[in-house]
Amino acid sequence: MAVDRELPTDEAKALLDLAHDLAVNELAPKAAAYEERGEFPRDVFRLVGEAGLLGLAYDEEYGGGGQPYEVYLQVLEELAAGWAAVALGISVHTLSCYPVAAFGTDEQKARWLPDMLGGSLVGAYCLSEAHAGSDAGSLSARAVRDGDAYVLTGTKAWVTHGGVADYYNVFCRTSDDAKRGISLLLADASTPGLVPQPPEKKMALRSSPTAQIVLDGARVDADRLIGAEGEGLRIALSALDGGRLGISAVATGVAQAALDAATAYARERKQFGRRIADFQGVSFLLADMATAVEASRALYLSAARRRDAGKPYGPQASMAKLYCTDAAMRVTTDAVQVFGGYGYTTEFPVERYMREVKVMQIFEGTNQIQRMVIGRHLAADPS
Amino acid sequence: MNIVVCVKQVPDTWAEKKLSATDKTVDRESVDGVMNELDEYAVEEALRIKEASGGEVTVLTMGPDKSVETIRKALSMGADKAVHLVDAGLHGSDALATSYALAKALGTIEHDLVILGVESTDARMSVVPAMLAERLGAAQLTFARKVEVGDGTVKIERLTDTGYDVVEAPTPAVISVVEKINEPRYPSFKGIMAAKKKPLTTLTLADAGIEADKVGLGGSATTVADVAARPPKQAGQIVKDEGDGGTKLAEFLASQKFV
Repeated sequence: MAVDRELPTDEAKALLDLAHDLAVNELAPKAAAYEERGEFPRDVFRLVGEAGLLGLAYDEEYGGGGQPYEVYLQVLEELAAGWAAVALGISVHTLSCYPVAAFGTDEQKARWLPDMLGGSLVGAYCLSEAHAGSDAGSLSARAVRDGDAYVLTGTKAWVTHGGVADYYNVFCRTSDDAKRGISLLLADASTPGLVPQPPEKKMALRSSPTAQIVLDGARVDADRLIGAEGEGLRIALSALDGGRLGISAVATGVAQAALDAATAYARERKQFGRRIADFQGVSFLLADMATAVEASRALYLSAARRRDAGKPYGPQASMAKLYCTDAAMRVTTDAVQVFGGYGYTTEFPVERYMREVKVMQIFEGTNQIQRMVIGRHLAADPS
Repeated sequence: MNIVVCVKQVPDTWAEKKLSATDKTVDRESVDGVMNELDEYAVEEALRIKEASGGEVTVLTMGPDKSVETIRKALSMGADKAVHLVDAGLHGSDALATSYALAKALGTIEHDLVILGVESTDARMSVVPAMLAERLGAAQLTFARKVEVGDGTVKIERLTDTGYDVVEAPTPAVISVVEKINEPRYPSFKGIMAAKKKPLTTLTLADAGIEADKVGLGGSATTVADVAARPPKQAGQIVKDEGDGGTKLAEFLASQKFV
């Protein structure tokens, strides 16, 4: 069911129609089989790339769509309702373009951005390590300057698109300085010594590969340093908020899909001679689910509009990420409940929705970290 | 080769369609409008011919203000310009009146080919392409599953119940296409942005030289006399297999004259 949205322009409306058509006709019919096989849908990324959906939130100057976050996020939400892994991939790709777009020199932007935004490449972002998750600043992969290049050693973990990406944003330690010890290098996937490992075996989102990247003396040219040496952590932190809104929108899309499936089922399914949607027990469940989905959308859009207006939105992004993913967990779990025993089978998509959403409470900052961010903001002296 | 594609906005294919209580015309206000699905194939075919042999693709739409959404979609797929025939006097036009109005509007656009979807999902009469060809005095090449454009001629494979006929005619010609003909492209974001800058001409009855008494509810040759709701779905008949399931199914099918 198409969501009735308030959109700022006619082209935004046309864009959302396009996203909806793609989600219904191209994504949803394929999702279950690709998830089952754990296959990355390169052809689907080519399709959404050709449609211009891989660079929507960036400047038109370098081939982006020049769209506000308010519009870009709703596109993500529509796509997520069809296939969460694809929408997540677009969110990660969008994040992977951010360091060059926001911190790159003009030369670096001109060299890489048109291809990154153009739709033919897929990017990855390597921040976490096995021992550096929520505490990203404790990462230990090293980049040592050697002539006109950096030599990278160490192992990055939880890399979305690991093994399928065309380029990797690699955060490495260039000194032991606590605040300015981390730097960012943009490595091409073909770099010798940059070795993606077999993908992790996951509960869901299996068509979006997550892998470790072993850096075994990988030489990356020094002109691929993004920002100044030691500026990596600042870049990583500033990219987080946009990524969190991306996840908020993806979670909301999956929750909407679960609500739609549960509502349609409850209108059809009869017990005791009545549609189960007419029993108060089920109807109240559906009412709470619908309210949570509306509230999720309103919350991430409110944060997005702050971003679009150039206002600080860090705490609001954390609130959206926390609320939207927790709400989606509840909504997808309740959708399984509405379907009863059938919901527990793979015959219907709701059990998949439930598995897909679980990780959204974990990645892009666990929901405990989000509470910490919000709490710190409240505790800070406003003066 | 200059091509005009006739495109109609229809109520969302999956929405419950209603007739207006006052004049028994299709209620287009209470549901989302979409491009008639078969017209997407018509647009795609026009774009492919243009990409192969040059020329210009113009979208022609008759319908209320809201239809401009559908025009924009066709433009964002790649059509070059559009003509929107919009006038309150057209409301309620039947197929005959519609073909007259479209023929008049086509008189304002230079063209070698007119391409339409074989039917619309709201009325499903599948007669407008033939009527339009008759009014234009052009050859009609309907139910095309393949189109080949030559020098001043056009050849199609016309889908039939048993196979296909090859039909060839000189241009100008009117072609209607079936969904087997191609796979319509999605618009791209670039296409959406470009569509905003493409020329869109609006025509009223007077602009197109349409006589008001030949269109609309009053100018239509047919009227909807009465409307009844579709009867609710009857409970199905369950056949229990007690060793004779096959016979029972065959008997049922025979009783319904399916076999």
